[in-house]
Order: sequence, then structure tokens, then C-alpha cells
Amino acid sequence: MRPETRALVLHLGVIAGLAALYPLLPTYHQGNLTRILVLAIYATGYNVLFGYTGLLSLGHAMFFGAGMYGLGLPMQHLGLPALPAFVLGTACAATLAAAVAALALRTAGVAFMIVTLMFSQAAFLTILYFTTWTRGEEGFVLARGARRIAGLDFSTPDVRFWTAFALFATALLLTLWMARSRFGHVLVAIRENEERTRMLGYDVQSHKFRAVVISGAFAGASGAAYGLFFGYVGATFASVQYSIFPLLWVLLGGAGTILGPLVGTAFMFYLINWAQDLTSAYMLVAGVVLVLLTLFARAGIVGEIRKRWLGWLP
Amino acid sequence: MTSHRLTSRRSLLKGAAAGGLLAASPLAARFASAQSEPIRIGFQQHQTGIGAAYGRWYGRTTEAAVKAINDAGGINGRPVEIVAEDDGTDPKRGAEVIEKFATQHNCDIAFGTLFSHVVMGSAPAAGELKLPYFVVSEGHHVASGALNRWTLQPGITDVKSQVSSMAPWVTDTLGKKVTMVFPDYAFGHDHRDFFSAAVKAAGGDVVGLIPIPPTETTFTKYFPQIPRETEVLYHVMVGPAVLTFVKELGEFFGPSAPAIFGFIDSLEAVDLASPGLEFLDGTYFWEGNPRYAQADQSEYDKAFRAAVGVDDTGASTSDAKDVSTYAHMWGCWETLYIIKAAMEASGYAGPDDRQALVEAVEAMTDMPEGMEHPQGPKLFNGRTHQVFGRQYVSQAKEGRLVKVHATSIEDTLYPDEVDYTTMSF
Repeated sequence: MRPETRALVLHLGVIAGLAALYPLLPTYHQGNLTRILVLAIYATGYNVLFGYTGLLSLGHAMFFGAGMYGLGLPMQHLGLPALPAFVLGTACAATLAAAVAALALRTAGVAFMIVTLMFSQAAFLTILYFTTWTRGEEGFVLARGARRIAGLDFSTPDVRFWTAFALFATALLLTLWMARSRFGHVLVAIRENEERTRMLGYDVQSHKFRAVVISGAFAGASGAAYGLFFGYVGATFASVQYSIFPLLWVLLGGAGTILGPLVGTAFMFYLINWAQDLTSAYMLVAGVVLVLLTLFARAGIVGEIRKRWLGWLP
Repeated sequence: MTSHRLTSRRSLLKGAAAGGLLAASPLAARFASAQSEPIRIGFQQHQTGIGAAYGRWYGRTTEAAVKAINDAGGINGRPVEIVAEDDGTDPKRGAEVIEKFATQHNCDIAFGTLFSHVVMGSAPAAGELKLPYFVVSEGHHVASGALNRWTLQPGITDVKSQVSSMAPWVTDTLGKKVTMVFPDYAFGHDHRDFFSAAVKAAGGDVVGLIPIPPTETTFTKYFPQIPRETEVLYHVMVGPAVLTFVKELGEFFGPSAPAIFGFIDSLEAVDLASPGLEFLDGTYFWEGNPRYAQADQSEYDKAFRAAVGVDDTGASTSDAKDVSTYAHMWGCWETLYIIKAAMEASGYAGPDDRQALVEAVEAMTDMPEGMEHPQGPKLFNGRTHQVFGRQYVSQAKEGRLVKVHATSIEDTLYPDEVDYTTMSF
């Protein structure tokens, strides 16, 4: 079997596996899987920029927040139905990503990290500044009756899971397609050697710009879905730790691998959950495990698997 | 522990007597289960994050209340078990913890959240899972109608009633021209809106509104904005910057300060003898419950302090530097006793009776002062799911807080903004 076919079969198998797993899980883990899939969309988007393009953003929470507020504010104040609100939320994040990219991509390396961090902090403070509408740090609850699309009620666990599943599967397959496309190969080339890529005649700036917008749109779709599915919109989701989370998930799962973001998100979710059941000093346990992983599996979980056994993994 | 055993033996005897009748009944399994298993209360605790100091004392109060309840025979003859989970003072984790209580720990109810954003983030999950969710938050979110029928706040008063009831005393006693200094986000905006309206209603005038951006670490540049005609300065700063705020305020005004009134939220778990707080001497504070034992201390407050392990200065009996969050933590104690009363009134036997439990709480009205309500008497409004009670004003004098005023319950009431009882479950 050709590596491309093998990769496609594997990823379709993972998607089928997730679908098959859901009915077998206890209720508690079904809920967890839904949250993991929504957040894995965020991580997948982050991976497009960090894993494939080599740009480390410390400000992705602004895109997640833009998606969440882009959905939540018009639903809350204008009575916009959920479907256009979801589209609007994703569009808000993509637009913000385009604006940030236009400015931040004038920098590189550490400066890019700092500029994205600063933009994100500005976005967070903007939410607090407009507390009259956003309710600032307290946030607001989306009415249960409004969280519906075409008869699908997102306050019910099954509808929530299958919608999250569909969104994640779309994100995964889109990323797989992108990674194997000419566009994806150029992104990897930029990551590996930006100067050489430029010398070969590729428009590096344009590719980076598109990577930021795609990444921001994924983050926004995830934020909008999170607000819609779980009924709450709040400034915490735009704060700095929500910029660090996708970085951690991608690093743990394997930067520059398609499945890494899903594995990293699930691993981190259950690491905290498991450590919390074990001891009140659970952050210490989680920290030690993260340090060990960084020391002994530098490419992340899926990255190590690719390095050691499955070199054909995209 | 002895009482647990006694309770179990009594339950066994009852079970033996009724056994013959019940053996053939479909209720048998449920009865047996109800008699042997503890009532599991999921405690959503701020163990880490910005609410950790509150979470620590909410935890101690909860432990003390559960011990007292179990020592007295538990609830409906069953012991109470607390299942504590850290929510990290984070709304996302808060909602996950609610799901964990309902679907993994098999808790009967959830309880104990303080920070408003965690309540807001968690309440939708509680509503969807049909899990009675008893918050101890003092936010106006419950009574505003923003949440759902499964979320109740029967054990602590809300910020709207606290702030509104202070205004008449402030304008009558300290002065009619008030300037407010408040953090520029939802918590501060609630104070701004509720207090401004109440001051106007009381015949006073808010002459200055000074919002402080949340990232601010120094405040001197804002003080020149305080109008010269100001008679009362109202402050409600929170977080670590509050010590700097007080110090700089003292340096700015020197001996010629207007009357100063603040909310103790700023200084919960902070020793009033901390360096820089000398300027607070003579100023006034709202307190949900007086931190220092007062001359007219009730026997209930005395017993409550002893049970939780708090001395007459509001600090831990085992560490004088470990100052409690005394103005708020009584809410956990009272909420647990309300849960007990409602479970007993509804004959609560298990998760199938959750709706009856909520309805039993909604039916509550007067709650007299006593060991179940050591802070004072309460009036519960079943329509808004919110309790009302006395508020206190204290003055800082030589490093202590001395009570100078207590409102009546009537002073704290305001018109209903929601009727949860008309909403479906």
C-alpha cells in the first residue's frame, strides 16, 4: 500500500474509531470526549501554524475568544439564530487573524511570539473594557432554547457529541488534505528553511498569511462551538492560559503531525483528571509528567511514534 | 464517628422491622440503598487559582458543617459525604467538575461555588444534567434570572441586596456626595450600578465614578479625579493590588480624607495589621458577618467559630496569621443546613427525588437565627432562588473591626426580576 493510501486509511480509521468508541463509553467519558474533540479542533488549527509553518504564536486565545464572542454576542443581544452566529463567529476569528497577520508577520521568531501575545492581551482587555455588553470576566449564559440548529438541541449530550465529531472529522481531513497539498509542502518548506523557500521563488509572506488565517479560523470555529455546545461565553477563554493550552497540546501530541493535536488534547485532559483523583497536588504531578515527556519524547507522542516506527505518518 | 454507628444501628433495626413488608415491594432496593449509602454532596471548591484563599476556608467551613450534621444523625438517617473537586477557579473546569459529580461520582447534588464566572460557566451543565446546584457566590446572577431552575442561592445574600442596603446608612451617616472607585469589569460595574441607584433613591448624589482598569498596579494618578466636594469615598478594589491602593490613598489624602466606605471583599483573608493598612483606621466596611467577635456576639456565632476553628479575631485557632474569609464562608454552613432541611422536608431518598428537593427549597421562606443560621435570620424567595438577610457595617479601630450598624432584612429586599418556579424542569 502506498504511504498516502496508508495515511488516509489510518486517519479514516481513527475517525471511525472515535464514532465506534462513543456508544461504548460511560456517560462521564462521553462528555469528556465531546469536550476533547471541540478543543482538538483548536489544537489542530494551532498545529497548522506552529507544527507545519514553524510560527509560534502566544496569542491564539484571541482567535478562540473571537469565535466565542462572535457567536455569543449577536445571539445574546440581537437574537441571531445559532447557525449564522456560528458562521459569524468563525468569520470574526478569521478576520481578526488576517488583521493580526498583516501586522505580526512583519516580525519573526521571538518578536512574533511577543507581538501575538500583546495582541491577545489587548483583545482580552477589550472584552473587559466593553463589560456593559460582554459582562467582562463574569461572562454570560446563552439561553438553552437558542442553542439549536435545525431541530438539533445542543444541550443534549448525543447531539453535542455527533456535531463535535463531525466538526473535528472535517478539521482533521482538511488538515490532512492541506498537509499533502502543494500549499502544505510549501508551509513545511518555510518551517525547515524560510530563506531557501524564498530563493526557490515561493511567496513566503503570502503562505504565512494564509496559514495564520486558516489557523485563526479553526480556533474561532472551536471557540464558537464551545460556546454553543456548553452555553457559556466568558473572558477567561480569551485569557493568556488559553493561548498556552494549544501550544502544550500540540507539543505533547506531536507538532507537525495530523493526529498529534487530538492525542495531546486527550492526554492533557486525562492527565489533569487522573492526577486530580490521585492527590491535591495534582498540578505538581502533571508538571513532572510534562517534564518527563519533554525530556524523553521531544517530538511528542505521535511525533515519537513517527520517528521510531511509522515514518510515513503525515 | 460514634453517631454514625448509632445511626446505622437504628437504620438496621428500622430496616429489620419493615423488612417483611418491603421485601416484596419494588421500593425494597431503593429503600435498602437509601438506608445504607451516604448522601454525596459534590463540593466545587476553588482549591487553586484566584479563589484559593476563599476555597480553603469554604472547605474548612464545609467540613465543620458536615461533621456537625453527621454527629447529629446525618440527613434522613444517612451520613453526608463530601466529594471535593478543584475547579481551579475556572469556568471551563467548573463545568467539567459538575459533569464529573453527576455522571462519575454519582453525587446527589453539587454545592459550594463562590466566583461568579465559575457559577455562570457551570450552571448550564447543572441545568442540563438536572443536578441541584447550590451556589455560595453572593453574585446577582441567580436572582437576575440568567440561570436555571436547578441553580439556587439559599445560603448567602447577593451583591444587589448588600450594596443597596448600605446606601441609606452611608448617605445618612457619612455624607450625601459619594465618589466611587471600582474595578472596570463586571464585579465593579455591579457595585457601580446598584449603589448609584440606591444612593439616588436615598437622596444622595454620586458625584464621581472612577473605574480602574484591571491591569493597574498603581493608583495615585486616579486620585486627582476625585471631586473636591466628595464627602464619602466608596471603594471596592479586589486582588493583590488592594494593599497598594490603600497605601497610596493614605499618602494622597494625608489627614484630610473624606469618609471612606469599602467592601471587605478587598481584605478577606488579609490581616488588618498588615503594613500599609494603618490608613484604614477609622474607615468603614460592609461585612457579611463581623470578622471580629463583637460585644453582643450571639451564642450561635460563638459556636460557629468554635466548630470551624476561628478565633475572636477571625483567624485560624491553629495559626493566627491564617486569616479567614469570615464575611462569606458562613454561607457554606447555612447552605448545607438548608440542603438538610429540604432533603428532610421532601423525603429525599436518591437522584429520582432531585426535582422534589428543588421544590422543597423553593417552598422555604423564613429561616430563624440559630445554629443552622448563625449569621442571622433569613428570608428566602423561592421565585428568585435567592435568600435575603442582615448586612453589617463595621469600623476599623486600632486594628480591629467594630460593628456600628446592622440592617434589617427588609432593607435588603428589591423587586423580583425572575420567577424560576414558572420554568419547567
